[in-house]
Amino acid sequence: MRAVALIAALGLITIIGGAVAAWHSAIAPVTPPTRQSFAADEVARGATLAAIADCAVCHTTEGGRAFAGGRGVPTPIGTIYATNITPDPDTGIGRWSQAAFRRAMREGIARDGSHLYPALPYPHFTRATDEDIDAVYAFLMTRNAVHQETPPNRLPFPLDRRVLLAGWNLLYFRPSVWQPDPEHDAQWNRGAYLVEGVGHCGACHTPHNALGAEETRRTLAGGYAEGWYAPALQRDSPAALPWTDGALAAYLRTGYAPQHGAAAGPMTAVTETLATVPDEDVQAIAVYIAAQMPKRAAAAAGSPPRSGGDPAAAMIFAGACGSCHGDDAQMMRRGEPSLSLGSAVNAPTPRAVIQVILHGVPAREATAAPYMPGFEGMLTDAQITALTNYVRTRFSGKADWSDVGAEVAKSRSGGGA
Amino acid sequence: MAVLNVNGRDRDVQADLDTPLLYVLRNDLALNGAKFGCGLGQCGACTVIVDGAAVFSCLTPIAALAGRRIRTVEGLGTEQAPGTVQKAFIDEQAAQCGYCIAGMVMRAQALLEKNPHPAEQEIRGHMALNLCRCGTHMRILAAVRRAAAAMGTAENGAKG
Amino acid sequence: MNAALTRRDLLAAGGGLVVSFALGGSPARADDEAAPAPRLPGSLKDTPLLDAWIRVAPDGRITVLTGKAELGQGLRTALLQLAAEQLAVAPAAIELVTADTGLTPNEGFTAGSHSMQDSGTAIFNAAAQVRALLVGAAASDWNVASETLSVADGMVRAADGRSTGYGPLAAKLSLHVQAQPSSSLDDPASYRVVGKNLPRVDIPAKVTGGAAYVQDVRLPGMLHARVVRQPSAGAVLREVDTAPIERMPSVVKVLRDGSYLAVVAEQEWPAVKAMRALAAAARWDETAALPDEAKITQTIRALPARDISVLAWAGAAAPAAKRLGARYTRPYMMHGAIGPSCAVARLGDDGVMTVWTHTQGVFPLRAALADLLRMPQEKVRCIQTPGSGCYGHNGADDVAGDAALIARALPGRPIRVQWMREDEHLNEPYGSAMLAEVSGAVDAGGNIVDWDYAVWSNTHNRRPAVGGLMLQNAALPDNLPVPPAAPIPMPEGGGDRNSNPIYTFPNARVVYHFIPDMPLRVSALRSLGAYLNVFAIESFMDELAEAAGADPVAFRLRHLQDVRAKAVIRTAAERFGWSIRPPRADGEGRGFAFARYKNLGAYCALALALRVDHESGRVRIGRVVAAVDSGQPISPDGIRNQIEGAIVQSASWTLYESVRFDRQHVTSSDWSGYPIMRFPAAPESIEVHVIDRPGLPFLGTGEAGQGPTAAAIANAIKDATGQRLRDLPFRPATVKAAIGV
Repeated sequence: MRAVALIAALGLITIIGGAVAAWHSAIAPVTPPTRQSFAADEVARGATLAAIADCAVCHTTEGGRAFAGGRGVPTPIGTIYATNITPDPDTGIGRWSQAAFRRAMREGIARDGSHLYPALPYPHFTRATDEDIDAVYAFLMTRNAVHQETPPNRLPFPLDRRVLLAGWNLLYFRPSVWQPDPEHDAQWNRGAYLVEGVGHCGACHTPHNALGAEETRRTLAGGYAEGWYAPALQRDSPAALPWTDGALAAYLRTGYAPQHGAAAGPMTAVTETLATVPDEDVQAIAVYIAAQMPKRAAAAAGSPPRSGGDPAAAMIFAGACGSCHGDDAQMMRRGEPSLSLGSAVNAPTPRAVIQVILHGVPAREATAAPYMPGFEGMLTDAQITALTNYVRTRFSGKADWSDVGAEVAKSRSGGGA
Repeated sequence: MAVLNVNGRDRDVQADLDTPLLYVLRNDLALNGAKFGCGLGQCGACTVIVDGAAVFSCLTPIAALAGRRIRTVEGLGTEQAPGTVQKAFIDEQAAQCGYCIAGMVMRAQALLEKNPHPAEQEIRGHMALNLCRCGTHMRILAAVRRAAAAMGTAENGAKG
Repeated sequence: MNAALTRRDLLAAGGGLVVSFALGGSPARADDEAAPAPRLPGSLKDTPLLDAWIRVAPDGRITVLTGKAELGQGLRTALLQLAAEQLAVAPAAIELVTADTGLTPNEGFTAGSHSMQDSGTAIFNAAAQVRALLVGAAASDWNVASETLSVADGMVRAADGRSTGYGPLAAKLSLHVQAQPSSSLDDPASYRVVGKNLPRVDIPAKVTGGAAYVQDVRLPGMLHARVVRQPSAGAVLREVDTAPIERMPSVVKVLRDGSYLAVVAEQEWPAVKAMRALAAAARWDETAALPDEAKITQTIRALPARDISVLAWAGAAAPAAKRLGARYTRPYMMHGAIGPSCAVARLGDDGVMTVWTHTQGVFPLRAALADLLRMPQEKVRCIQTPGSGCYGHNGADDVAGDAALIARALPGRPIRVQWMREDEHLNEPYGSAMLAEVSGAVDAGGNIVDWDYAVWSNTHNRRPAVGGLMLQNAALPDNLPVPPAAPIPMPEGGGDRNSNPIYTFPNARVVYHFIPDMPLRVSALRSLGAYLNVFAIESFMDELAEAAGADPVAFRLRHLQDVRAKAVIRTAAERFGWSIRPPRADGEGRGFAFARYKNLGAYCALALALRVDHESGRVRIGRVVAAVDSGQPISPDGIRNQIEGAIVQSASWTLYESVRFDRQHVTSSDWSGYPIMRFPAAPESIEVHVIDRPGLPFLGTGEAGQGPTAAAIANAIKDATGQRLRDLPFRPATVKAAIGV
């Protein structure tokens, strides 16, 4: 139903908007620029921005060559494959001029004039300065070229018609460079610029409407990404203890905060790349985000976790979870945070708890980092449902979640993006 | 007190319901195959198959196992008549200390039952949850490939 | 042992060619044919009576005894091959008894890649001598010459068709006789079993769930115990309320003795839960202060040292044209057995403490336990029962201490203790952090004319032979004296193992700065100091080769005299295709390295290809080709298995591993805090070429691959990226930082 409405709406908008908005000219291909044609400091700056933008996360397959594309990004309407953004002239962006790259970032239009899906977060990238977009261009054009075709998107007709995106853009896309807020200091402004711009935090942490656009009046109020719940980063933050900018900075760089817990799901990769970003930028992001969140934790801190819960689920918790999350487990004894401090158990939706039970937190290669096994094969849907409810009861002072069983089924089937 | 279906037989077990399956297999049922490695789901030495999926028995309490089918390495074959995957491990001499190997066999078995012709990357990705410290990785991978080929042969043989 | 080819006598007898020579045992150099007075081969020199090694029952059953242990290296199979070869029986006809203080010879530790040299040589010779005695008995029975008799399948046969089994012959003679210095050994060309790939005898049980490990020992009435360890070195147990734990279901006893705390339960899972509750209830006073992990090698270097000169060569040489210097480091590393250490102990009615243990040394452990328990050694019996692979001195001995201490408190009840994962990660003795500084010079012709090498390290041997070295000693109230750390002398060496280059340089100085103070508890980890020393030497050889404008393989060959060393290098290079350099993609590189373990054991050369992901710094190893010379191979596939394993394990050490710690505690408490290599990152392929050296002494192989792998990886990363990495490990972030944007 949702898809039908969506298609109809986009079709209508595209017609009303007219062909002018839908049509863009190609920008002439160029001979791929040499590495030497870019200044080293610009490339270095581009590396930082590309890391904050997480380009590699979407544009690299598991175990594949960096930036060579091919990773399927699940969206509510189907799978969109990230493209090859290495400077390969045939399959990558080697023939893209700086102007073509700028247009793609600012307007979501490919070099050949076709529309890009907003899985590429150009509604955020449009807010970056020309200098920064150029730096990212310099960085990408000095990567190793990889000849690798991108698989075609798996979208139902007529959503595979890119022309519909003209309508989407008319409705939701407002190209504009970010402007500093003189009320705040430089660090806050740097953070705001990175978060709203290249960092595109809202692409996951802001709720999206039925047509996949961010709800601009609920920026960072919590959203969904790849089936995971991305918690609110503003006044609705479910964190049990308030996030300080110091704790946030540490979390963003290591994927772990001793007062909160470990990054999981799509956030893990974000923290892995932020580990490579200069401290001052991560600090700025942390300062800006922390400023959006309450200085004192909302409800959870005051209301202690409840006792009780399903005794059968308590047995499962003791045997499956207790070796790490039990009160006297070695992990707790060495001072790592209780589940009660995590955003997942205190969130308005059970989605993060369900996802982490199903899929865990994968082992990170070569680097000491939080790990949790997935329980997908070990526990049935009914058991995960009972366990999810039990965890909510035992570790959060908040009301029970509803429809946990349906959420489990949805997450298990890989849906729910 | 619980009834567990292990290798096709219902077994009465006197153990608390929070007891991880591993301890029941080893101590109550005297099955040596699944090993304690970490108790944290990090190494896979305890891997068994439950309802077709490879699981960490160290983190699967028996409370979760009523009515489910549990298979251990003992259920695949014997020294005299090893199963296809077991035989492949023997043929490749895919063990050094061998402590991880029963878990490796079970994880490989689960893969090949679902995907009889896995690509190399699929094998490596699937086996990634199990650790080996002796560095027997190349032989374990060879054994999984050999088992896949043997199963393929058996399949074709059955068809032919 | 040295490259001692002590082949001396060649006699033709009985129509067959019989070669008589002593395998191993001689410290003489290969070129020194004037061997010293005969001594008994291998471990026969310590245990010279034949029946200590081989017994033949009147019914013909053959028992072979070894003081060495199966650690997953394939020892059982190899020793069976050796005995079967000389006794002319099938390996399956022999029962092999491994290390047991009540039964077998004392062969010290199963360590240092010594098993084949020591025990293998002893059994090979003892078996030959036993066979000769059996044949001799038949000859005198039948009144014919021994040379006219043949043996096969446990039977002695005469030319006229008469035959008899070993049993009746053995019944007539005593094997309780001294071994002879040399044995009549068959021509290696006639070997039926040795040099063949006998499938490992222990593998079928291991893949089908047979009882194979100490973890599988189940005795009637057995109880399960867990220990609450001191949270840091020297921590004192201030208070603990044990009453609630004693009331927990299944709990039999809570043991508290000073700062030693343990719980015993009827079942294992309740024991685990009780241990956790006990740990949570315990209050400790901690005083430990650890150094800064980030500066650990500087810390080590600044500690007081005892300087040991390893070698000083001085000779005439051309003037130096180029001089380079470099510093190489390694962090603390973990053995990281997949199965945490485990032991079962029982104090019998006869007052004998029997301990089933996966220790590497049952006799030294017996002494240490007797000390710890204040019992006479005769009242302690240690039976080696395989555990998870140990790779050196891990928690095996200490868990035996736990089991024995707890069993003493519950006489008659077998006590099984299996460490938890965090017990193993936090309490095993680590491999020492180390550093080496080297400078070297090449002349105008590209030859090395000067070499200056210094290495700093803690000890690599804190194996317990006294109670003071057991982990429990610090927790118990009545402390035993702790012996000071001591270096292992060359030629084996500890921190200086393989610090003596095998290459020929006109001028060289090597100094070992032995550091007695140990910031973290350390002991033997597979290959000891050789891992860093070979990494440093073989990296620096590439650095000098580059300075000399030479190919790394050719450069090594021209600094070597040892023909066997040259042969493994040539074999590895040829099989890899070193001389052909195909065009390569970005980030691809190749590296070469070589070492002879301890300059006494097996030779190992290897070449490998890898790819460095420019963006992440992640390294993926492609094809690896190794060549190894272990002397007479007993099982070529067994050697390949060991070398493949060494390569993968060392790749994990080199690319991933370091023990993490803050200023008070080790934080690598499980695999998430100490990641090791998983399947997706394992090399694409490994081929190992075993060079056949018929009849030459067995050379220990188990540790030969560790050092060369590290250096080959470093050399290949240099080739791929232009960056020389000298500080282990090469994690992605380290590599990325080196290669830059």
